[in-house]
Amino acid sequence: MLTRLLLVALLAGLGLSPAMAAPNGAKLYGRNCAACHGETGNGGIGVPLALPSFQADISDDYLRKTISLGRPGRVMPAFSHLDKAEIEAIVRHVRSWNKGPAATYSQRLVKGDPAHGKQLFGQYCATCHGATGEGRQGVGVTFSRPRDLPIMAPALYNPGFLAAATDAMIKATLMHGREGTPMTSFLKQGLKEKDIDDIVSYVRSFEKQPLPESAQLLQAEGPVIIRESAYDLKTTVENVKQAVTTHNFFYGRVQTLEYGLIEPARENPKQVIVYFCNISLLNQALAVDPRVGMFLPCRITILERDDGKVQVMSVNPKVLSRLFNNAELNRLCEQMSESYTRIMEEATL
Amino acid sequence: MNMLMKWMGVAGLLLATAAPVAAAELLMARVDKLFPEAMAQLQSAISSRGYTVTRLQEVNENLERRDFKSDMYRVVYFGKYEEVKRATASHPALIPFLPLNITIFAEGDQAILVASHPQALRQFFPDAALKPLFERWEKDMVAIMDELREAK
Repeated sequence: MLTRLLLVALLAGLGLSPAMAAPNGAKLYGRNCAACHGETGNGGIGVPLALPSFQADISDDYLRKTISLGRPGRVMPAFSHLDKAEIEAIVRHVRSWNKGPAATYSQRLVKGDPAHGKQLFGQYCATCHGATGEGRQGVGVTFSRPRDLPIMAPALYNPGFLAAATDAMIKATLMHGREGTPMTSFLKQGLKEKDIDDIVSYVRSFEKQPLPESAQLLQAEGPVIIRESAYDLKTTVENVKQAVTTHNFFYGRVQTLEYGLIEPARENPKQVIVYFCNISLLNQALAVDPRVGMFLPCRITILERDDGKVQVMSVNPKVLSRLFNNAELNRLCEQMSESYTRIMEEATL
Repeated sequence: MNMLMKWMGVAGLLLATAAPVAAAELLMARVDKLFPEAMAQLQSAISSRGYTVTRLQEVNENLERRDFKSDMYRVVYFGKYEEVKRATASHPALIPFLPLNITIFAEGDQAILVASHPQALRQFFPDAALKPLFERWEKDMVAIMDELREAK
């Protein structure tokens, strides 16, 4: 008790509150993890972290690295804004669901025959983890995966996974399986320990391969696409409305940016937004990642500057691939980026 | 040697992802309430911080009108007139990102909220003059998310 009082007094003297000294793991988990992993670690979108078989085989270090590195291209972001103490607090909170001691693993590489491992991988692992370990649609690639699956089969060919998981941890998972998920013990499936070592060495060999497409995010030239218009504001607005319809979108409405913020008579008429949509495309995008709705409907802004020149601009859809950390969106984002650019050029040239 | 390989792996990952970093650039919250209740509370939480809700985009209705199935889904747009006016006068390229918005959709008997993290805007628009504005938006957005997530 005396020690605690002294500590509080010391922290107060340093201008720190006890709360600052010890990050609140439950609160940090709620803010950063619960939306996908569930408030009680029951999963949903992300891995059910409270699953006893998961807790039994996962090391604290795996959790730390997973939080800080994420899974590039596969929804789980890198929480680079969290410091070491905050990550540790989240790990401790997640571990509070664990009834047994945390697993610890050797850092040593498992020796095996990757060529034989590849053969076994195709036979035993590819159905869930993808032919080359890149994961498959519906098992973790998309945010919209079927929610009736108890767990996502991880993309083993993902740099985040390979950096977080030691060979010994992968081996333990193969040996024990993961009760409560489709992952069953490979020993029970008739494989020998040597075969499992071969599979582990094959999985580790992914590190030497080029970055898989499923871990690549689009590079955007800038966050906004901007074009100068050769026309006045009114004509440019009409041109944009016309151009969206010729590119298979339906025109929705025209509003000023300040619509709803102030009475109509005071809205700035020189900042105009044309809203448009392609419902089929919207449905496809939401099926991959329902979070993209925040950038919908599609919109192009037409702006008359103080010097009288008119510009059209829009969010560059390529930045969304990175924002959502979802490589499955890449194709749609590229397609949208091309469509926006064509519409804007058609309306301004 | 093994340790060296591990470190090389981590370094490789950092290098490989150096350009398009998959950082947490979204704010998300799972709300333990049915969609209509969560929706009402969201609007109240936004308004209580001095923002005006300018539009509710009815995404699921638009999908259903064309025979696509969808659960309840809205995008709530909001802002403060003076803030928007000042920021876009000096930085017109901000307009495509405004008004601010929070997406809300039903997942079973819960609701999920998603918003672009104002930190992402700071990366896109590094002008120091905008920093206080983005920090204010971040504080408010986080508070709105916390209020809904923690509401019992």
